[in-house]
Amino acid sequence: MLFSRTLLKRHSVLPGFDLALGFTLLYLSLIVLLPLSAAFLKTASAGWEHIWASVSSPRVVASYQLTFGASLAAATLNALFGLIITWVLVRYPFPGKRLVDALVDLPFALPTAVAGIALTAIYADNGVIGQWLPFKVSFTPLGVFVAMVFIGLPFVVRTLQPVLEDINHELEEAAATLGATRWQTFRLVILPALLPALLTGFALAFARALGEYGSIIFIAGNMPMVSEITPLLIITKLEQYDVTGATAIAVVMLLIAFVLLLGINLLQAWARRRQGLAEGSDR
Amino acid sequence: MSASLSLPVPDTAELSGSEGSGVAIPCPPARLEAATAEPFWLRLTLTAVALGFMTLFLFVPLATVFFEAFRKGFEVYLAAITEDDALSAIRLTLTAALISVPLNLIFGVAAAWAIAKFDFRGKNLLLTLIDLPFSVSPVVSGLIYVLVFGLQGWLGEFLGDHDLKVIFAVPGIVLATVFVTFPFVARELIPLMQAQGSEQEEAAVVLGASGWQVFWRVTLPNIKWALLYGVILCNARAFGEFGAVSVVSGHIRGQTNTLPLHIETLYNEYQFAAAFAVASLLAGLALVTLGLKALVELRVKAELRTAAANP
Repeated sequence: MLFSRTLLKRHSVLPGFDLALGFTLLYLSLIVLLPLSAAFLKTASAGWEHIWASVSSPRVVASYQLTFGASLAAATLNALFGLIITWVLVRYPFPGKRLVDALVDLPFALPTAVAGIALTAIYADNGVIGQWLPFKVSFTPLGVFVAMVFIGLPFVVRTLQPVLEDINHELEEAAATLGATRWQTFRLVILPALLPALLTGFALAFARALGEYGSIIFIAGNMPMVSEITPLLIITKLEQYDVTGATAIAVVMLLIAFVLLLGINLLQAWARRRQGLAEGSDR
Repeated sequence: MSASLSLPVPDTAELSGSEGSGVAIPCPPARLEAATAEPFWLRLTLTAVALGFMTLFLFVPLATVFFEAFRKGFEVYLAAITEDDALSAIRLTLTAALISVPLNLIFGVAAAWAIAKFDFRGKNLLLTLIDLPFSVSPVVSGLIYVLVFGLQGWLGEFLGDHDLKVIFAVPGIVLATVFVTFPFVARELIPLMQAQGSEQEEAAVVLGASGWQVFWRVTLPNIKWALLYGVILCNARAFGEFGAVSVVSGHIRGQTNTLPLHIETLYNEYQFAAAFAVASLLAGLALVTLGLKALVELRVKAELRTAAANP
């Protein structure tokens, strides 16, 4: 009764609003909100100096630099190759296309630990790919980058795919009749329509890479100051019974994640508006 | 579309310069196509780049898992997946999935019912909060449960007094799994049910159906494929979660090691063949997941199309 009287904007004949929303809020609070607030309360109750020392020690700062830099590079590479893969999947027919399309989701379905040991084996000095490379990948920061590329790829492809499928073909025909080259049509007509989705995919891949743990720790080698990612430092601090220090770093990561989530929501709203306009002119 | 095809514009291909000449297509309608398509060499290059990248980053890792698993022979493989610790890891992983998937299924249906069928204040905030577990690092997801149930946590003293164990025990693993798989079913159902609207349910109510009758006979048949889709994704993540479970598990062999954690233990002991053997089980499950996903995806798209056609 409580929810339907205070929150409902419009009366409905359908039953179950109180039960459904009540259960949703209870479950959400118990599983997500209360435990998450524990991290903030724990940090708030600790001494400021201990927190600052935990989040700004040279080893932690080095891990921020590695995690951010590698995530940014991986998301950029994913945006570029994700665009090409989506283009090929949507526009060009080739044998085995449905199989290839299904394979795009592999990083979603394959457990991160499995991906981690497989990538490590491939890029080790005697690995299938590692033996042909003049530089080391496994157990270096480059390994972190490779793992992040693996886990981020489907985010870009799956965000772009529906948008590219919906692009109005008549716009391209119009551009061609007006004398545009194919490259001009792509740059001035297609790319602007894809841009919001491309940025959303980039941001999703970036956010995922920032928090990733399972696939990276096997291939990174985890050398302090060199190839140690931030999530690993949380675990290291926990193992040293420094719960407050671990929580302080976790709060930094949570705050960054929330900012990214907000940014992604704004990007998606922009993408929906763009798509709405494109579809509106279609009909 | 048909009108533009019949227009006398045979020169569009030439307008785009050399591009039209790359594709030798005889009939006029196809020449019009050529002006809005890439030259053959570019198509070939892009396809090669896309497939090459996917081979390098997706296919090779997948093939490696199976290759390394069977490298030392079938007997080593069989021994690795049938030893006691592996079996106990399989049991624990199954337990965690069997608890977390139904819980998140019920939650997903309840949340989707409230959000899609009713108009209420704070809906957008609720939608954002439901997605929250996806943006939290797995390690942080595990840590927050340590802060609640751990020795120094909120409930640590209470649990200690009553001889209950959550962290470094099965309940903690289940909770961490529930957290990371939290949004999967809800986020598949909400957009579909929003697109479907609530006219059919309202008609059923007006005709005298009870709430449960409406759900079982009207709503459920309309959403069954999306529901299954969400369950498949939820289940895959429940089986494969590593970071969050790693924090709360304590890595006790034969007791609190899930399959992914068991892989890590074996790998760190340099038992590579055994690690890849256990990994191949999860990789096999991933392949089944991808196959089911591709099958169900078509049905979900059909459901969405029907919803869009009859708003």
